[in-house]
Amino acid sequence: MSYPGLIAETVKFKGHNGDTGDAYYARPSAPGKVPGVVLIHHLPGWDEWITEAVRKLAAHGFATISPHLYFREGPGSPDDVGARVRAAGGVADDQVVGDAKASAAYLRAQPNSNGKVGVIGFCSGGRHAFLITCRAPEFDACVDCWGGNVVVDDPKLLNDKRPVAPIDLADKVKVPLLGLFGNDDENPNRDHVNRLEATLKKLGKAYEFHRYDGAGHAFFNAARTAYRPEQAADGWAKTFAFFHKHLG
Amino acid sequence: MCSYIVEKATLVGTAKGPNSRWMKIDTANVYYDHPYEAQLDHALCVDFVCNADGGRERVAIEISRESALELMEKIKAALESGDAAHAKAAASSLVGSQTEVARLF
Repeated sequence: MSYPGLIAETVKFKGHNGDTGDAYYARPSAPGKVPGVVLIHHLPGWDEWITEAVRKLAAHGFATISPHLYFREGPGSPDDVGARVRAAGGVADDQVVGDAKASAAYLRAQPNSNGKVGVIGFCSGGRHAFLITCRAPEFDACVDCWGGNVVVDDPKLLNDKRPVAPIDLADKVKVPLLGLFGNDDENPNRDHVNRLEATLKKLGKAYEFHRYDGAGHAFFNAARTAYRPEQAADGWAKTFAFFHKHLG
Repeated sequence: MCSYIVEKATLVGTAKGPNSRWMKIDTANVYYDHPYEAQLDHALCVDFVCNADGGRERVAIEISRESALELMEKIKAALESGDAAHAKAAASSLVGSQTEVARLF
């Protein structure tokens, strides 16, 4: 066998409000139409592991783009930019949804696009992925990896930037949803996941949840102590199968 | 899950910043969350910044919870022993001054 080739590069994309920023884009180098995936980075930022995840999806047949959601904070290392965004209270949901929609448009505008686009997100990006699915009809499938604060216990966590608990938008989920969670995670904890699943079930939504023992938050991230190789391998396999089933 | 919960302390001072350069600081952004670099599940993180100068540069630390608690104790101990030593010095300095002044008359 041979490994499929891929091309990866940083590109410019026109995001929310027409602002131009960076995105990391990787796709299979072989000719032909492929499905697309928009990858939403975690709260720490648009870091090296995110680029690795983009390339991993590309190596499995998906043209994948990860918009730098913090590009408006200017140049700098991802951790410094991420720290500035954290100190400012994060990025606004409207802006993230706008950037995600623009990223989907970028993928569909490429000659390799088969027209289908999914969204996947990790950590705060998991919450964003769920939210994007509720608010943007541009997406055909969603993978929520341990998105916290989809269920909001404390109303004080809602503000101008994040005015709505995503679970309250669950009736707007129109596409299949895959959820991956670690049973040792604190946010989302088991109760949050149970409540989200009960809501989706009650609403008759197409979803599949997988919960992993021995894993907490961010268990895909090989750069962190949270990494759980066995659970991560299974989660990635489920992600690839899910996206191929629903996106082609 | 990473949170957006950040405690902010107003400071007066300096920190050794990027390129080994001293920078003014006026704020410490303090949070307990998943760190960026330290190989810890959670870390007490402090970003020392100068918002008056735009807040774009920072001096950052990510330390374990136990380290943070010990650091708090040591800061408190250093302030207490420093205050005591300075009070003693000030008192002796005052006595000296009074003696010097008395000699003049």
